[in-house]
Amino acid sequence: MSMTTTAVEASRWSRMWNSNMGYSFRRNPVAVVSLAIFAFITVMSLLAPLIAPFDPYDPAQIDIMNSEYPPVWVDGADAQFMFGTDDQGRDLWSTILYGTRLSLLIGLCAVALQAFLGISIGLIAGYVGGRLDSLLMRMADIQLSFSTLMVAIIFLAVTQAMFGSETFNQYAVYFLIAVIGVAEWPQYARTVRATVLAEKKKEYVDSARVLGFGPLRIMVRHILPNSLSPIFVISTVQVANAIISEASLSFLGLGMPPSQPSLGSLISSGFDYIFSGSWWITAIPGVVLVVLVLVINLLGDWMRDVLNPKLYKG
Amino acid sequence: MSLLSVRDLTVKFAMRDNTVTALDNISFDLAKGERLGIVGESGAGKSITGFSLMNLLSRPGFIDNGKILFEGEDIANMSDAQMRGIRGNRMAMIFQDPMVTLNPVLTIGQQMVETLMAHRKLSKAEAEQIAVVKLREVYIPSPEERLAQYPHELSGGMRQRIIIAMALLLDPELIIADEPTTALDVTIQADIMELLLELCQSNKVGLILITHDLGVVSQMTERTLVMYAGKIIEAGRTREIINDPQHPYTQGLINALPQQTKPGMRLKQIPGNMPSLTAIPAGCPFSPRCEYVRDHCRTTRPEPVQYAHVEVACHEVNRLHRENSEEQSA
Repeated sequence: MSMTTTAVEASRWSRMWNSNMGYSFRRNPVAVVSLAIFAFITVMSLLAPLIAPFDPYDPAQIDIMNSEYPPVWVDGADAQFMFGTDDQGRDLWSTILYGTRLSLLIGLCAVALQAFLGISIGLIAGYVGGRLDSLLMRMADIQLSFSTLMVAIIFLAVTQAMFGSETFNQYAVYFLIAVIGVAEWPQYARTVRATVLAEKKKEYVDSARVLGFGPLRIMVRHILPNSLSPIFVISTVQVANAIISEASLSFLGLGMPPSQPSLGSLISSGFDYIFSGSWWITAIPGVVLVVLVLVINLLGDWMRDVLNPKLYKG
Repeated sequence: MSLLSVRDLTVKFAMRDNTVTALDNISFDLAKGERLGIVGESGAGKSITGFSLMNLLSRPGFIDNGKILFEGEDIANMSDAQMRGIRGNRMAMIFQDPMVTLNPVLTIGQQMVETLMAHRKLSKAEAEQIAVVKLREVYIPSPEERLAQYPHELSGGMRQRIIIAMALLLDPELIIADEPTTALDVTIQADIMELLLELCQSNKVGLILITHDLGVVSQMTERTLVMYAGKIIEAGRTREIINDPQHPYTQGLINALPQQTKPGMRLKQIPGNMPSLTAIPAGCPFSPRCEYVRDHCRTTRPEPVQYAHVEVACHEVNRLHRENSEEQSA
């Protein structure tokens, strides 16, 4: 039996490549380019410690005398700093690499938390139904009636005041993940619940019950795998949203501290100097952020088209 | 002791402001290894009977009254956890449409292994071995390879075989087959029925076959229940019911078979439709469509009586029988 298992796993890639999804991917240049750019940004940011010429977290490598050098293609640049330096004399290229890593990390973890909460609640609400369903969905409605940013601003401002900015800065990553994760679970819960309501009427669920499976097993092992396509689609959109939320909060000074900047706090720190001519501190991380969010959204769009049951029956 | 014994089973559905009766005082027995057919029109309560036996009625349906004794234990009062130990394990069910009963995202092997491991303490390898044996029993070619395949890679007949194999995985004592061949090609229907019959006989498994096909019932079963509007109107040995039906409804069903009509003639049919469950007539539920109807049929409900070799719920069965035999002798 182990022979067949390895054979199956070996052919999984070719199977995926030859599937409808693989075919539509190859035929869609936007999707290919988006995935390439996304993969490029991800790899670069993951390899930041190896690629970056400087360590922006190491104060010993920062010299205030180097501050506000423009990018190399502008007059008066220092060849050492490809994209110039920020107001503290940090190499902007290195800081962007590290910052992108933080932004991606926060985005993905926050979405993982959203997905965990939303999928569990959506599955339970959809499968159990009745009063519990109404209760959970009203909770989702209430949660959705507050905007994410408002909840996040209040929560982060209160925690900042409570713990003091020293402690807050130390744990800022976790606070951001928690608040963005918790604020957006209803997106998942609603989508999953709708799919579960449709799936649980299907006969394979009856047949699973007839085979003597418990509700938990039916939910997790039978209904959930059949509800994955909409989950994939909203996940991409949610990652983009989470990155934007994180950037917005950091821009407002409620996110990552300047000593450990994400893309958002980098944009924010450069914003003070934009009128004194140092546009690059804001503009270059801004472009990176826009490109990152754009390619994720384009990938999400493509995925939505492919997985749309009206266009393609899987 | 009989394997299954249903006593006065009444199933109701709670509607917005009243309840309707879907099954009305159903009683029957099934001996070990016996094969029973349940026939009737759509909506007669055949499938509800099947689901009640599994204690799987979903809201708004509920068991209002009665007992379902499975080897002496009352299923109707069992907790969900107790019931789970019976479902799939001692009692299995086969559904109508094999295209939708298997989970589309799990392989055949995963589904079979999962079923086995949910009920027995087995390793994955042992479970796979049992799965292969069962697939071979239902004549699936190269069963080892099938385990890695997904349902959509297989034909309808093949899938129904696999579903039968899954029903037999844990050697149940009773299989409830709810129109197992309705969704299949006519050519495959006979194969599947033959397979089911063979497996039930060789493994001594009880079978409840729910169908509207009298031909299938006559080939497959030893006893038959005829249902109409949630009631059993005729019950007895299959051969006697097919050859000498007593209830006007059963007669109508048999006369409606195309084989009963000479070429060029119109098919005989029972006029009218089955009453909706919200508007069952006060007397005999069949009275509005019955050609032998008398006044008392419309007011008093007939109780089942023993007549000839069957149990039949009809006031007029005596007269009917007399007229029929006169007709034949004339």
